[in-house]
Amino acid sequence: MTNMETKITIKKLNSYIKDNLTVMDDDIDIAVDDNIFQKGYVNSLFAMKLLNYIETEFGVEFDDDDIDLRNFSTITNMHSLIKSKKAAQIQ
Amino acid sequence: MTDYKWQSEVIDEVAKFSETYIRPFAKQFEEEKAIPTSLIKAMAEKGYLGASLPIKYGGLGLDAVHYGLFTEEIGKGCSSVRSLLTVHTSLVSETLLRWGNENQKNDWLPLFATGKKIACFCLTEPEVGTDANSVKTQYKKVENGYVLKGQKKWITFGDIADVFLVIAECDGSVTAFLVEREFIGVSTSPINGLLAAKAAHIAEVYLDNVFVPESNVIGKPGSGFSYIVSTALDHGRYSIAWAGIAIAQAALEEMVTYSRTRSQFGKKIYNFQLIQAKIADAMTNIQAGRSLCLRAGELRKEKNDESIIMTTIAKYFSSKIAMEITIDAVQVFGGNGCCNVYPVERLFREAKILEIIEGTSQVLQEIISRHGLRKYYRPTSKVSSILSKYQLITENSI
Repeated sequence: MTNMETKITIKKLNSYIKDNLTVMDDDIDIAVDDNIFQKGYVNSLFAMKLLNYIETEFGVEFDDDDIDLRNFSTITNMHSLIKSKKAAQIQ
Repeated sequence: MTDYKWQSEVIDEVAKFSETYIRPFAKQFEEEKAIPTSLIKAMAEKGYLGASLPIKYGGLGLDAVHYGLFTEEIGKGCSSVRSLLTVHTSLVSETLLRWGNENQKNDWLPLFATGKKIACFCLTEPEVGTDANSVKTQYKKVENGYVLKGQKKWITFGDIADVFLVIAECDGSVTAFLVEREFIGVSTSPINGLLAAKAAHIAEVYLDNVFVPESNVIGKPGSGFSYIVSTALDHGRYSIAWAGIAIAQAALEEMVTYSRTRSQFGKKIYNFQLIQAKIADAMTNIQAGRSLCLRAGELRKEKNDESIIMTTIAKYFSSKIAMEITIDAVQVFGGNGCCNVYPVERLFREAKILEIIEGTSQVLQEIISRHGLRKYYRPTSKVSSILSKYQLITENSI
């Protein structure tokens, strides 16, 4: 994944999470290492929706080993998972 | 034959099957508090119990839209029979298809698709209904597996199921397990006195220090609520959305038929405009509800993340209109509608269940409104920016 692809991925994830916030505050800045579940930005009902979004948006497929909330709790972790899935596709 | 044509033929076939072998006997099933084993076997032989599963696992390979239409046909015949599809096919088989590992899928899905094993979903408990994240059934790690202890309640087909997808908790971590009836410590007892779903073998399930091997954990330990329960309930809601259309459609057919045969004041009652109004409202609502279900089905086919909310909206709406239409159907039948000689009495009771299961209407309203509160919000800064741009254009034009 190039630097540009990384930037785009992070931007898309940030934007998607912001569009799905559980809280209704106007100005929330989500840092890449913020745990979105622990901080209460989203609730556990969002977990499946987020997973479906990442699969379709980034063309990856998750299996039973991936479904650990920690993998989807920060933008950094999501990006790492997408990156490793993409790398596995190439191999 | 194209895939679409094949699937459409399955729907035509199941419609005839339901009209012949299910709908005429729905009252009998209810009175006997059981779906005959012969019917379950016949459905299994036709592949109906694996309708939405891939052909490679012995299923019919119906896509989401056709599986919905399939559910409607079975549901028009009998809600208890449809509920077998909801728990066995939608809640358990489809969840296993999504999150089971290769061994689990290869081992279990052919058994589920062919009905050699019947599965049910064990989430709710005596003290836990809507608040599904608070299950009290406990699990603890032991060598080579886990030990489960607790009690599940309102488990559809729990009294005859061979396999139970059990949701349990340990120190705040929720995990899903496939528990087999023959495991030591598993027992069930039927629940009597139910308003509806009387033939659906609803039961309490007791787990008394049941050892479950590691190979029977579905997904990762700790993924039970956010992924397994969410996936299962999403499939369950899709099934119930179509179940609502099924009950509503059956009630409409009964209402129309009765109004054309029943005479009052010297003429058939369909001549009265207030009866026509009920028929018109029922037809309009059913069309609207079916459109929502079809839209949800299309989004599910595309694996679009919006499918979850659309399924929720479809379930909320169709269960609501099923209730309204069956109330109207009983009204059209008058005194006869209050007697179990006529199917509308049963449809009226069955409709109520749909407003409660797989998310009560109130919980779904909250989910839908929260979605809307985000989606349709127009922040003041954005509105002002659009307004100032418009002002600028207008001023320049002048």
